[in-house]
Amino acid sequence: MIPELGHFALILALCLAVVQAIFPLIGSLNRTPSWTAMARPLAYGQFVFLAFAFAALVHAFLTDDFSVLYVAQNGNTEMPTIYKVSAVWGAHEGSLLLWAFILSIWMIAVAAFTRSLPDEMVARVLSVMGMISIGFLSFLLFTSNPFARIFPAPLQGAELNPLLQDFGLAIHPPMLYMGYVGMSVAFSFAIAALIGGKLDNAWARWSRPWTLVAWMFLGTGIVLGSWWAYNELGWGGWWFWDPVENASFMPWLAGTALVHSLAVTEKRGAFKRWTVLLALLAFSLSLMGTFLVRSGVLTSVHAFASDPARGMFILVFLMVVIGSSLLLYALRAPSISRGGGFDALSRETLLLGNNLILIVITALVLLGTLAPLIYDAFNWGKISVGFPWFSTMFITFTPLMILLMGAAPLTRWKHQDGGELLRQLRLALLLSVAAAIVVALPFAADNGAAGVAVGLSVWLLTTLLTSAWRRLRHHGGISALIADFSSRGGRSYYGMWIAHLGVAIFIIGVTFVTQFDIRKDVRMSPAQEIVVNGYRFRFDGVTPRQGPNYVAQRGTIHVSRNGHEVAVLHPEKRTYNMKSRPMTEAGIDVGLFRDIYVSLGEPLKGGDWALRLYYKPMVRWIWLGGLLTALGGLLSASDPRYRLRVLAKVTGRDVPSNTLAAGEQA
Amino acid sequence: MTPTRRKRLILIGLMVAGVAVAVGFALNAFNQNLMYFYAPSEVIAGEAPANHPFRLGGLVTKGSVHRLPNGLTTRFDVTDLTKTVSVQYTGILPDLFREGQGIVAHGKLNNDGVFIADEVLAKHDEKYMPPEVADALKKSKAAKPATGTAEVTP
Repeated sequence: MIPELGHFALILALCLAVVQAIFPLIGSLNRTPSWTAMARPLAYGQFVFLAFAFAALVHAFLTDDFSVLYVAQNGNTEMPTIYKVSAVWGAHEGSLLLWAFILSIWMIAVAAFTRSLPDEMVARVLSVMGMISIGFLSFLLFTSNPFARIFPAPLQGAELNPLLQDFGLAIHPPMLYMGYVGMSVAFSFAIAALIGGKLDNAWARWSRPWTLVAWMFLGTGIVLGSWWAYNELGWGGWWFWDPVENASFMPWLAGTALVHSLAVTEKRGAFKRWTVLLALLAFSLSLMGTFLVRSGVLTSVHAFASDPARGMFILVFLMVVIGSSLLLYALRAPSISRGGGFDALSRETLLLGNNLILIVITALVLLGTLAPLIYDAFNWGKISVGFPWFSTMFITFTPLMILLMGAAPLTRWKHQDGGELLRQLRLALLLSVAAAIVVALPFAADNGAAGVAVGLSVWLLTTLLTSAWRRLRHHGGISALIADFSSRGGRSYYGMWIAHLGVAIFIIGVTFVTQFDIRKDVRMSPAQEIVVNGYRFRFDGVTPRQGPNYVAQRGTIHVSRNGHEVAVLHPEKRTYNMKSRPMTEAGIDVGLFRDIYVSLGEPLKGGDWALRLYYKPMVRWIWLGGLLTALGGLLSASDPRYRLRVLAKVTGRDVPSNTLAAGEQA
Repeated sequence: MTPTRRKRLILIGLMVAGVAVAVGFALNAFNQNLMYFYAPSEVIAGEAPANHPFRLGGLVTKGSVHRLPNGLTTRFDVTDLTKTVSVQYTGILPDLFREGQGIVAHGKLNNDGVFIADEVLAKHDEKYMPPEVADALKKSKAAKPATGTAEVTP
């Protein structure tokens, strides 16, 4: 009964979405206040029905209702409760439902936090979101109904893929989806502004906090995914350039470009068209990401053919979204006014340069992700694009980006005197070159990468410090920090500061773990000892252990250094009751400067086991940096100036944009 | 043309040139990093590159897996049910590796025609057959129907 109600709630939500897509928009165009006023209540209504549908599916999992096909395929009575809930988004149908539900959450957020915006704008934004909602809800209802029943109902469910039974992965998809779907808000603001034909500073200011929050979620989701892969896949990797990962990374890259481009549009009124295009791109990549991961097209293009309805729907939907938004853009672009001019050396130029680099990287990742599909579809052979290619691309483009990134906060808008900039950067440049040499020297013969990375990090750090020092000196010294922090534009600046610091930390982490990690695949007998980088590993055999829904072979490894015990690790080889495949659970000793990582391979003769031992320096810095970057986004989004009433409306004149400028060195 | 416009034009020109060089470089590297997939029959027929890494896929022949004593080196045969190639791999095999299972290995051929793998993949669930392997098996079955046993259902 409850699943049917859930199904019915989905249908009602679709009906509301149709109304929401049409009436508020028409109302905003022919100025019918009663029609524009419908937008908010409709959004709340959709949220209520989708929340009900989502709750119905959660209920089906919690009560082990295996007469629902989706529950029978992914649920199981023995799974711990938390994984019964996370199983809701463990496969195709449920994750689409989560997508639609999260879209409705963003819709009510837009409805609730845009009181200060003109009603017409809100009506248009919510209408566009309603259109997106129509797409997803009809996809759900017509091709992937999560509430479909089976008869007769099986007695036991097939269980969620054991790899997904991990806390990191339980919260990873919702985070990621908050980011993906959040990009729809930036997209809707851009489309709404195009419909209205008015792209101005106010539009950028409205859409910026939403974009930042979505970008923050996306970044956090990616970090969680990476952390999950490291913990759960059992082989010590934290990023694989796997198509599924790339699918989430591309919208993040485009989103990063968008966040910066929006800053320029807000402060200087420049880059308007570029910003609109980036908003369209970020959301299109989010859509593509969702579908790439969920349609099965990645395992094989032929998965498309095995379920043509879904494949066709996806293609048509993507084409409609991208095609119609580009068409609208083409119609409106000529009338978009030019923004403020700027010189060849100015903050605008540096930000433009970084935008270009980000987009080039996005395009290359897209190429590497889709190339195997394209080759296969055209029968050019079955290829895969090697991990080294992606890494080379990244290593080639990132240093240039970091150089610009360090200089940009110290550069003035509009016009910057070259000599003055050099004077400001001199100390930072000296320090970073010195740091690079000091670090690189011991390895000079074979490895300069660490030196370059440390140099770049120090460059970011010193330029950030210079910028903060200049800003604070201007505001009256270090004691002004707190007042400055809560001022208009203050949090926006410190958000940038923390986000860039995160990048500096991330670079150190990535470089050290890729250059200096030590991996040993060994065969060990009980009581045997092996020394890796000063750490002594003693293997104390393997004993069986019974888990809630699996049996495990549990190894014991004592790790010591200089005679002191560092850790006792228990890597496991698990076999889940419902699946015959084994799973590797690594034993990890976590540290800020290094992880010790052990996983069990396979039993060999005579009680021996194959083991993988890892020494991973600075690996935590990767996730720490990623989280700091996301935190910076959140801090920027909380800037008080985004909560201002639209002064221009009230006073009838434009707010001088430079008084709001964050991070400006006047 | 005003000086600012000329400056901006130069700037844009430089950026476009920079991007073009970068993309050219990237595409060149891309071509060198493509790894093609070959089935054992194709390898035996000499179609696989001699000095370039590629991916080899097929079924692990039953009874062919043996470990060299005291180490982590494993030798096994990979077959598409028509032809067979020997593979040697040092390291920990994936959880799903077993005889009769479809696998994909990355590596190079050595002079004796043994495939020296640096990575062996057998992923996803137990029913999963890497799509390339399923395809290769289908092809080899079509070419030589007599040997195609019903053991494999891709």
